[in-house]
Amino acid sequence: MFRFPSKGNSDLSLVLCGAAGQGVQTLEEILVDSFRKAGYHVFASREYMSRVRGGSNSTELRVSSKRVRALVDRMDILLPLNGGIRANIRERITPETLILGDAVEIKDELADRDGTFLNVPLMEKGREAGGPVYTGIVAAGLLAGLLGIPPEIPEGLLRERFIAKSEQVVKNNLSAFEKGMGLFKELVAPKGVSADIPRGKEASGEMMLNGSDAVSLGALAGGCDFMSSYPMSPATGVLTFLARHARSHAVAVEQAEDEIAAINMALGASYGGARSMVSTSGGGLSLMGEGVSLAGITELPVVLHIGQRPGPATGMATRTEQGDLNLAVYCGHGDVPRAVFAPGSLERAFRLTFDAFNLADEFQVPVFILTDQYFLNSFYNVPEFDTSGLKVRRFLVESGADYRRYEVTESGVSPRSVPGFGGGIVGTDSHEHDETGHVQEDFELRRRMVDKRLRKKKGILSRVIEPTVTGPKSYRNLVVTWGSLYHIVEEALERAGLQGTAHLHFDQVFPLHPGTRSYLEKAERVIAVEGNATGQFADLVRKETGFLIEERVLWYSGLQVPVETVAARLLKLLR
Amino acid sequence: MDHRIYDLDGIDNQWCPGCGDFQILEALKKALAGLELPPEKVVLFSGIGQAAKTPHFMKGNFFNGLHGRSISNATGMKVANRALTVIAIGGDGDMYGEGGNHFVHTIRRNPDITNIAHNNMVYGLTKGQASPTSSVGFKTPVQVDGVFSEPFNPVAVAVALGASFVARAYSANIDQTVGIIKEAILHKGYALVDIFQPCVTFNKVNTYAWFKANTFDLPEDHDPTDRMAALQRALEGPPYPLGVLYKVEGRPTFEDSMGCYYEDDTPLYRRVYGPERIKDLLASFR
Repeated sequence: MFRFPSKGNSDLSLVLCGAAGQGVQTLEEILVDSFRKAGYHVFASREYMSRVRGGSNSTELRVSSKRVRALVDRMDILLPLNGGIRANIRERITPETLILGDAVEIKDELADRDGTFLNVPLMEKGREAGGPVYTGIVAAGLLAGLLGIPPEIPEGLLRERFIAKSEQVVKNNLSAFEKGMGLFKELVAPKGVSADIPRGKEASGEMMLNGSDAVSLGALAGGCDFMSSYPMSPATGVLTFLARHARSHAVAVEQAEDEIAAINMALGASYGGARSMVSTSGGGLSLMGEGVSLAGITELPVVLHIGQRPGPATGMATRTEQGDLNLAVYCGHGDVPRAVFAPGSLERAFRLTFDAFNLADEFQVPVFILTDQYFLNSFYNVPEFDTSGLKVRRFLVESGADYRRYEVTESGVSPRSVPGFGGGIVGTDSHEHDETGHVQEDFELRRRMVDKRLRKKKGILSRVIEPTVTGPKSYRNLVVTWGSLYHIVEEALERAGLQGTAHLHFDQVFPLHPGTRSYLEKAERVIAVEGNATGQFADLVRKETGFLIEERVLWYSGLQVPVETVAARLLKLLR
Repeated sequence: MDHRIYDLDGIDNQWCPGCGDFQILEALKKALAGLELPPEKVVLFSGIGQAAKTPHFMKGNFFNGLHGRSISNATGMKVANRALTVIAIGGDGDMYGEGGNHFVHTIRRNPDITNIAHNNMVYGLTKGQASPTSSVGFKTPVQVDGVFSEPFNPVAVAVALGASFVARAYSANIDQTVGIIKEAILHKGYALVDIFQPCVTFNKVNTYAWFKANTFDLPEDHDPTDRMAALQRALEGPPYPLGVLYKVEGRPTFEDSMGCYYEDDTPLYRRVYGPERIKDLLASFR
């Protein structure tokens, strides 16, 4: 008997795995869209190996009546499309896990496991539908059957997806899907497997997207019209999104020969008046360091999206970590004013990427968006982004004959013009320079120019995003997070049920909000939860505020920390 | 237009007396004025080195960036605003050493920029070390037993990569240099002008006398549209041929291929964006 949701839960957690190139992604996308359109709240998170074919990749899907936005360890159902299931999946099998698989394919790989194995001939049915390539769609039919999805929803999606190939391909897909539904009815339901998760109306009209989509949409809304990058996991999704929409949405997109060229093209474009962006990971940002420094002295706006993955060096190319905070805050030689955002939700990623372009232009500085592989590859449904009140601000002036690009002002911000806008000359220099941008070795001038640039920090701070507090207004314990851990810690705290414990999350990690210290001082105990090995954010908080967060829950396996682990670690510390 | 319009008042020129850089500066001003281009319509990009100081010694918009990156900055600029004349200028170390990878890939992109490389076969700013174009055996404080590596041949590399305009000049031949720079600027696409230039302080081998003895004008019957002939000429020397080695018209430019100009000719700085830009995309995620 398997009744879902399982005891103590309100959602179904379903894990699909298969080799790269085997169609796990198609299966996942069809299921995610079908579940949501049918009225379920859905969360989907992908973990994958750094290879084009073979191996074993997995996707976790959570289906619920309530909003779900976080990764769990629990697997109610495991559906492997082939053998070679990796340890990180096998270790999660418990006696409560139902394994739906094809015995021909899985063989006795799961024989010594606790889970209950139910043999379903997915391959055979796939072959009947037209070939082994349809195995995944048979599985989709089976799972749609379990969740009582009206078949016209997935059928419509399959038609839409495959019509460009041929009518025969559509027919085969539909046939595979139907065979999967049949398998559920004939082989699975009779074993007492059922799901009773009420469907609502809310989710069906919402958007379903991932972190890469949210950042890209924020960039387009923010007026991004120039993107140069070198492909690097996990940040490539933003590059491909903008490339896909380059013509329809008027963006110049170029794959540069390296990250050095990428940032320098972006800065050249910015000098010419473009709203420039680059997207890379930690290794790429290391190469861009000199360019960040150049942005600092030339006072050219640029937005850098950094999708973090474990380092140092190549580290784990397709895995996740929050290990590049220090790099984002300190990269580039010399003193470079900047802002660093680390959105905790898709809504915030959209909004803060939008804001990043205005902030970069207003203060003529580099602005960073720090995400990570987990965040970029995780999907959930959200209400359509609110774009009312979003105003792209350009902060450009027409130059006159006596225009001086680096005019010293009280705010530190010099009126910015671009070549060709007016009759003046726009000069810029990587050397220390005078107001017209010409190199000068004058020690008084040097101090004036450094002071001018650093005065912009005050303006940047005036726009700082306040951290989010959830939980009780008066708290004894405070859990501090940043970036992609927001929803995981939210659910972990809900699960742990700790009294008097609040959650303080930072969507902006640099500069810190001036009220940061007072939030921390209100608590008796403060615990930082971070996806890195040293507590980079806690260290930053100490440097910026003097407040030492000694207790740290740190996670750096390369996989995102799941809700249960965070809950257990917090319970251990606080109960 | 009088080329004095490009003069900048009160500058402290840091080049050594007799340096070929002065001749190139003069030639560049004459070429720009000869094309009736006012300084505010010209943007000069440079990196680091003695030649890269050029934008500080003449009038015009300028971006004096990092070592080796000027052609990447210039490419971005040209995309942002196609109406301006974009010139990237620097030495052999800047363009072919530190910026070697960008040199290769900018040629492949074919943005409509003019790339002027002062080629004196030695490092000036860092005081006399070998450059990528130094001859084998050239002795320096670092290459104490003489240069071991083969010299980089920029014009041959450019022709091999399919650059749409490749020329070589010699700074002392001012009129010829002016003519070549003018032709390069008028050329729609990437144009390399490699200019031999004596360094009177650090290069006692490749002197005025040496360049005079080791260069000659391309014969009149050289067909610059013949790529194989161009490659043959580019590989020749010493003595080295001077003039337009290779030229191909009508190749699409990088900036024209960009999505931002698919339906709109406006330079990027003039564009206005509102929330409606993503309306259709938001709907596509429903």
